[in-house]
Amino acid sequence: MSAVPSWQRHRRLVLREAVSVGIATGAYGLSFGAIGVAAGLTVTQTCATSVLIFTGGSQFALVGVLAAGGSALPASTAAVLLGTRNALYGLRLSALLRLRGALRLVGAQLVIDESSAMALAHADDERARRLAFWATGLAVFTLWNLATLVGALAGQALGDPRDLGLDAAVPAAFVALLWPRLTDRATRTVTAAAAALALLLVPVAPVGVPVLAAALVALATGVLWRDALLGRPTAEPS
Amino acid sequence: MSTWLAIGVAALGCYLLKLAGLSVPEAVLDRPRVQAVSIALPVALLAALAAVQTFAVPGGLAIDARAAGVAAGAVALLLRAPFLVVVAAAAVTAAGLRALGVG
Repeated sequence: MSAVPSWQRHRRLVLREAVSVGIATGAYGLSFGAIGVAAGLTVTQTCATSVLIFTGGSQFALVGVLAAGGSALPASTAAVLLGTRNALYGLRLSALLRLRGALRLVGAQLVIDESSAMALAHADDERARRLAFWATGLAVFTLWNLATLVGALAGQALGDPRDLGLDAAVPAAFVALLWPRLTDRATRTVTAAAAALALLLVPVAPVGVPVLAAALVALATGVLWRDALLGRPTAEPS
Repeated sequence: MSTWLAIGVAALGCYLLKLAGLSVPEAVLDRPRVQAVSIALPVALLAALAAVQTFAVPGGLAIDARAAGVAAGAVALLLRAPFLVVVAAAAVTAAGLRALGVG
């Protein structure tokens, strides 16, 4: 008897969480929109990036490399490498959601940090985890893209990005994305080694290449230092 | 044109990665080594992107208003400020220094 009202309560809770997560990511979307335009993308290109790529770290990486004068290949490679974690989210989600056919093709675009975290948080109830995934994914998709448009239009209206300090906002955004991952010695060492290698290569390598070289640090530490990286309590990048 | 190419390639690659996770057998990706690399990869790339965007100038490295801006952003992070405040602190600091003729 109590199953129905209990599910309704559960349902409301999941939906409320989904909308809150969507609003919170909207703040990232605003800065992405402004930074995209500052990097030299048009408003249309900036919005297309949010609709089509739809995974924040990759989008910031793409415009970051393009802003520095990098060409299409290193920019898109950096973006795709940053998107690899979504494959691992998808792996966890495939057993939980069991999406088939067209639903899987649509759902795939919504596999991001937030929707995965919410689905996993509600993993113990079949209906709740499906609702958590779809509601969070759609809320973030809607608000992220709206915020990108608003940010891009505002950035365009504001004038020279350097006068506004937007060239400092881009690396600060990367530091903010990195910050919650620096939970142990292994990730802090990866951070220091990757930053040092990239800076050493800046004077001698084409734009974009120093960033890609940092992926080798990840590869090396992933192989040599596997247990230290896996031994941390939160294996999920947020 | 090159920008659209970059967007298109990145979008296709990112989508295929998401779809692959939902589609491939678990055993392919669910290996400790693959998992460890996937934890280290975003950390390494974000660190390199942050460092390069803070210090790189055409042909070399420099400490200028951007470094001061990022330092202000880091202080905001230490104070547990939200993302938008961190980014704004960096921008305002760098813009302010430039308005004063520094960096």
